[in-house]
Amino acid sequence: MLLESSRTFIEFLQDTSLFITVKSSHFISFVVPFYLGCIFLFSVLAYKYVRWIRNISKRQRRIMWRNLFSRKSWEALKETFMESLVHRKIYKRNPLLGYMHMSLAFGWFLMIFFGKVESSIFNHSLLDDPSFAIFFRFFVREKGLYPGQNTLSFIMDFLLLIVLSGVLLAIIKRFRSQLMGMKKTTRQTAIDKVALSALWWIFPLRLLSESVTAGLAHNGSFLTQTIGNLLVSIKLPLESMELFVWWAYSLDLCLFFACLPFSRYMHIFTEVVLIFLRKLGVRTTENFNGYSMVQLNACSRCGICIDACQLGFSAGVDNIQPVNFVADTRYRRLTAEVLNDCLMCDRCVEACPVGVESTLIRQQIRTKKVDENKLFYAYNQAEKARKKYNVIYFAGCMTHLTPGIITSMKKIFEEANERYWFMDEDKGLCCGRPLRQQGFIQQANELMLKNKELIVSSGIKLLVTSCPICYKTFKNDYRLNGMQIMHHTEYIDYLIKYGRIKVEKSKLGIVYHDPCELGRGCKIYDEPRRVLQSVGKLQRAEYERENAFCCGNTMGNSVLPSEKQQLVRNEALDMLTKSNPDILATACPLCKKTFAGGNRVKVKDIAEIVAENLEKSSNFEAE
Amino acid sequence: MEQKVLIIGAGVAGAEAAAQLAENGIRVCLLEKSAETGGNVKNWVKLFPDFTSAQDVRNGIFDKLKHPNIEVRTGVTVHKLAEENGQWIAEDQQGNRYEASAVLLASGFEPFDANRKEELGYGIYDNIITSIEFEKATKAGQLLTTQGNAPKRIAFLNCVGSRDEKVGNNYCSRVCCINAVKQAIEYKELVPDGEAYVFYMDLRMSGQCYEELYRRSQQDFSVNFIRGRISEASGTIDKRVQIKAEDTLTGLPLKITVDMLVLMVGMEPSEGTRLLARQNGIAGEYGFAQAAGTFLADNQTGKQGLFLAGTCKRPLTIPETLADARSASLQIMEYLK
Repeated sequence: MLLESSRTFIEFLQDTSLFITVKSSHFISFVVPFYLGCIFLFSVLAYKYVRWIRNISKRQRRIMWRNLFSRKSWEALKETFMESLVHRKIYKRNPLLGYMHMSLAFGWFLMIFFGKVESSIFNHSLLDDPSFAIFFRFFVREKGLYPGQNTLSFIMDFLLLIVLSGVLLAIIKRFRSQLMGMKKTTRQTAIDKVALSALWWIFPLRLLSESVTAGLAHNGSFLTQTIGNLLVSIKLPLESMELFVWWAYSLDLCLFFACLPFSRYMHIFTEVVLIFLRKLGVRTTENFNGYSMVQLNACSRCGICIDACQLGFSAGVDNIQPVNFVADTRYRRLTAEVLNDCLMCDRCVEACPVGVESTLIRQQIRTKKVDENKLFYAYNQAEKARKKYNVIYFAGCMTHLTPGIITSMKKIFEEANERYWFMDEDKGLCCGRPLRQQGFIQQANELMLKNKELIVSSGIKLLVTSCPICYKTFKNDYRLNGMQIMHHTEYIDYLIKYGRIKVEKSKLGIVYHDPCELGRGCKIYDEPRRVLQSVGKLQRAEYERENAFCCGNTMGNSVLPSEKQQLVRNEALDMLTKSNPDILATACPLCKKTFAGGNRVKVKDIAEIVAENLEKSSNFEAE
Repeated sequence: MEQKVLIIGAGVAGAEAAAQLAENGIRVCLLEKSAETGGNVKNWVKLFPDFTSAQDVRNGIFDKLKHPNIEVRTGVTVHKLAEENGQWIAEDQQGNRYEASAVLLASGFEPFDANRKEELGYGIYDNIITSIEFEKATKAGQLLTTQGNAPKRIAFLNCVGSRDEKVGNNYCSRVCCINAVKQAIEYKELVPDGEAYVFYMDLRMSGQCYEELYRRSQQDFSVNFIRGRISEASGTIDKRVQIKAEDTLTGLPLKITVDMLVLMVGMEPSEGTRLLARQNGIAGEYGFAQAAGTFLADNQTGKQGLFLAGTCKRPLTIPETLADARSASLQIMEYLK
């Protein structure tokens, strides 16, 4: 039985009497290009993936192997299905765009799947020749050979129709991207264009080939048979056309497979690899490695990030968006300008359907080489905490430029009777993030180590900071085990919740701006809103939470000229002040300074609004 | 029909132009948004570069408004200015309409709001004041900190809201450098044993006698000049002001604690200037009103019958404003002929 079912393709051809018109085996030589393409494609893929995965750190690889035989693999499989095939995220963004991707990816996948079912039933074997399924209609020219043949033919025709509708939408998108809810679409490289044309031709050619055969052998279903009959009726020389069109179909497949690893279509397979690596615990590290390469190649260059980028739509900078940055990096033509001109606000990462962490990859590439690592500065040392305190307050260097926040925090600490140690009162300290963002990792690490010693030696278990940039750094980069890190919005929320401070609700209309580092960076969205609701009337902004705008100021961009920065800021202000709020509330000193410079609306930090609306305690009144 | 000119703003420019036109037999209606005439100059006590009494100058300018040809209306904020059938119509908040054959926009400047430079601690810590508050404080002939003492050490910071990309004002306000020199000398006259520091980017002593006053401030009054901007100012527990700056001549960062910090605030177009310039399509750099030509039409605009005078165009000193107002009134007389 096993022997029977595993007979080879050639034997099958020799055995079968199905080939009525095709007399000798050399006619089916059109499978050769398909095979060559396949072999080339999978060899290149295997070579690249093995190389990239080997370039991931040993520690992470160990985690990866350990997780391989766990529930995580199953989750990865599920995500692959939802994102790589169904394209749930793109669908959510724009149904038509989602349908386009789904019909192409999922439709094609189902065609391969049902084609395999068809050929397996016919050959009574799961291990039959792969090309048999691909060129099934050419080989199986009679109907009623096995049960369900008509149903399967119908399914195959139906799927072909779905994929063709996707191809049509893709062609429309290339020329009229607005229809798909995208303002801009991407630039193509030469090899992309070849691959794209090959892809567009695959399904029309398949339709034509199957229709021609259906016209001759009457083995088609509703779509191919109808077209086949039509071709017969207009008296085309189908006999002489048949081999020619099947050859064209096979050659086109070969061309697409050959281009795939060097074009944007590399994402088709790499996205699956990325999903698996991510689910299995691989993370973006400080250094550019194989995982970065996987991410770069998983980018489909769909261009959704272009519309998310404020430097693009507010300031007219159109060459630095992740889609360009990723392509430039992949093709080794990255310039310093494209690398450095980025707000690092993560709006693009939030929008990316594949989850390419392009800002982190930027950060990796910015990391300076060892020989540039010379330290020109000595840093001020803060004094150690001398008394017993409950809380460390780390204002951050940006907060020192907005002293209103500091005085408000002092007032709040006093009102809550908190014994706090103002760690950077002397302004000498830095969390290290600005250095890291400019790629001075070694210097940043030295600085952070000193800070960590100070923090740990104080024995205090809670650190409150007013700056989201410091907050994210303390939380993610310091490994302060057993310590709680809070941004002051969380801390104030906690004080209010436990009745340690009481606030009065004012009549002020407040709109809240989510700082990038606090919102997208640390997922703190609810605490600031809860606090603001307790001191005023919170108004909604058009873009908020994950989709919030960046204020335009950042420590991560050292090259953006101030006029362009102001364009970004002004558009953000336009959006935020649409509801005519009395106050624009922020939770980041940098955002506050930036928006205040726009001179459009009163800008206050949440701490300031709370400090102004504290319910006066009895001893305060006596004063 | 009798020719009538509408002047918006009764500061130095508006008042001087009104007087000139009235003298030449033209009826003038002078609209002022404040309760009284005088504009920004009413805050001043003594004027640079020779410590002339500001009151004398004010008398010299504003006494001339008691002319039968001049009608002064205070408390009138013009919020709409437009030409209708060859006549200019100004409309105030209450809907009153003022009609004239020509309009002179003399709506002037307003001082930069120091709250917008939060890192300088204005409005947050004690004893950080603006140059205008310094004038007001010294009116009574003494200068006191909030604790009620004479400041033993004082710092003046130039270019607050001027030549500052971060607040969007890249231009020079022109009067602050010499004003800081003047106020530093005044401080030394009030507190002879006190220390005065002036922080500057560069000192633009362009007017007559300015350089001499700068030299005397150092020679006769020992005022210290430090080239460098203040990056941060904060309050200490004893209500003094701690300043962080960089001495860009030595290239070293410095910290200094003073009893009082004076912020030399620059000039920005007033709200009226911004609004009316925008309405008439003559809004130029930084919201100031734009004249038709830099050389030959500095008082005219692209619109027939709409003229400009004074600091609604750009930062000017008082003598420059007076000259500009006279020049504008000549242009208006020419236009009305």
